[in-house]
Amino acid sequence: MSDSLAYPMRRHGMDHDRYGWSMLADRTAIAWPGGKPLAVWLNVSLEHFPLNPEGKGFKAHGNMTMPYPDLRHYTLRDYGNRVGVFRVLKALQQYGLTASLAINGEVATRYPALMRQLAQTGFELLGHGWNMDKVHYGGMDEQAETALIADSLAALAPHARQPIRGWLSPARSQSQRTPELLRQAGIDWCADWVNDELPYRFETADGPLATMPLPLELEDRFIVGENLHAESEYADQLIDACDFLLEEAQRTGHGRLLALNIHPWVMGQPHRIKHLERVFAHLTANANLLWNAPPSAILAAAG
Amino acid sequence: MKADPGLYDYLPWNRRPRIEWPGGARIALWIAPNIEFYELDPPANTLRKPWPRPQPDVLGYGTRDWGNRVGHQRMMRVLDRFGLRGSVSLSTAMCIHHPEVIAMAAERDWEFFSHGIYNTRYTYGLDETQEREMIEESMALIATHTGQRCAGYLAPALSHSESTIDLFAEAGGLYTCDLFHDDQPTPVRTRSGRRFVSVPYSLELNDTIAYVVNKVEPRRYGQMIKDAFDRLYAEGEISGTVMCVPLHAYQVSHPHRLRAFEEAMEHVCGHAGVWKATGREIASHFLDHYYDVFVAAQREAAA
Repeated sequence: MSDSLAYPMRRHGMDHDRYGWSMLADRTAIAWPGGKPLAVWLNVSLEHFPLNPEGKGFKAHGNMTMPYPDLRHYTLRDYGNRVGVFRVLKALQQYGLTASLAINGEVATRYPALMRQLAQTGFELLGHGWNMDKVHYGGMDEQAETALIADSLAALAPHARQPIRGWLSPARSQSQRTPELLRQAGIDWCADWVNDELPYRFETADGPLATMPLPLELEDRFIVGENLHAESEYADQLIDACDFLLEEAQRTGHGRLLALNIHPWVMGQPHRIKHLERVFAHLTANANLLWNAPPSAILAAAG
Repeated sequence: MKADPGLYDYLPWNRRPRIEWPGGARIALWIAPNIEFYELDPPANTLRKPWPRPQPDVLGYGTRDWGNRVGHQRMMRVLDRFGLRGSVSLSTAMCIHHPEVIAMAAERDWEFFSHGIYNTRYTYGLDETQEREMIEESMALIATHTGQRCAGYLAPALSHSESTIDLFAEAGGLYTCDLFHDDQPTPVRTRSGRRFVSVPYSLELNDTIAYVVNKVEPRRYGQMIKDAFDRLYAEGEISGTVMCVPLHAYQVSHPHRLRAFEEAMEHVCGHAGVWKATGREIASHFLDHYYDVFVAAQREAAA
């Protein structure tokens, strides 16, 4: 315990060199296109949870928990890719909303029929790792991580209209080197860090990577899956967040961003989908104040 | 190890000397914002892992960093509206990392008390000399950066040793927030025999305990605060009570949560007979007027 009272990184600003210290309220005001006070980024995460997870690093939430073969959790997760995603896509279409799709590489290779339909949406695709058992974690082998990133992006590439620019790591986890490896793979921005509400510059040894905020606290998987709140509460919380950010943006004249991460294996269930639709209806009802756009477009507009 | 901490004596709630707060208030209300710094790469502690995931735990770190980048100013805006001054439970390394946050609290005449150096450094494993050094350094940081003499202590991440409270009393402290046994201040026995008290710091109303441990919904959290207030206010007619709301910007200030807290404060501050106090003010009032009669009453209760 000799280093328990040693503080080598105690200095002004952060205790690392990844980004500068800055408070949201002090930033230059962002103006979204059309003078809209609030940008809205909707992301749908499509995930595969293998029946035989290794759990290397840690076991991401949603994984198998029963003795092998855990058909219970395997099939509940797979439900999202077979059924739930189509309910979510239909709801987006019904309310005229655009989204991005973060897709595990293994989903793309397993379900070409799903990918063909997803390609028709024209939604922006984001890298989302290989599967939900292959988390990126501190101390992992660099070659293995490089291969995971390359394989994930290669699996999505044939289905993408534009080069893939954005990334969301499985379970938002990174190794010490993930930002460098993403940059080397041609990724421009990453949504793993939950420390802000607007994009900011994130340093890597291979040049800057932007961070896009995508709050954990507003994820369906977190609110319904981990906190076990009611579906109606999920909708209330998202609507409260939307109204709060709108009020702040209008009062301060600083553009704000509402970013929601949606998992079809959670909200695509038949008893839950109507609550997601209530959120979408709220967004549509405020359409004159909201700029709903793909994440790379939001990043570009943020400057 | 002891079976009883030996820090305080029994005193039944319904047989106590009557406490009168300044101005004839029924209830002393204090708000305790925890202003904390969690390190990205803290040293290992044999008794408690700083982060649940392998380091770097970017999700846990980012969650806390959000409070410093985004949350404090939102919380301050709400507290300002009601004329509430915070009593800051301070990771004192914040004075060096983010003095801009400390300056905002100081401008508002908030109190600062010690919450250790970092919330990723635990008391566990420190010997008494090391713990004294840590406590004294934290008090010195408060004195140097705010000009205040630190009166209160909440052990970092609620990690204690058998000597924690003795050491803080010997360093010149007046009150501890580490004991959750009562709704009024109580005398605390320390080995130096100094006059030292516990000021109630409600763990049940602590936003992190509510949101992270008990996983309550935001609107229910607001209701819990209102319900606690109503009962403590009613009982305060008989003898003055204390209500503490411990906060963390990284929890309460989220867009889906802050309004519920604000509504609770509308309810609380809409009542007459609420003494908006700080921890030090409550401790001092009790030490000056009730410490001796409470010690005598405890002796009587034990007879």
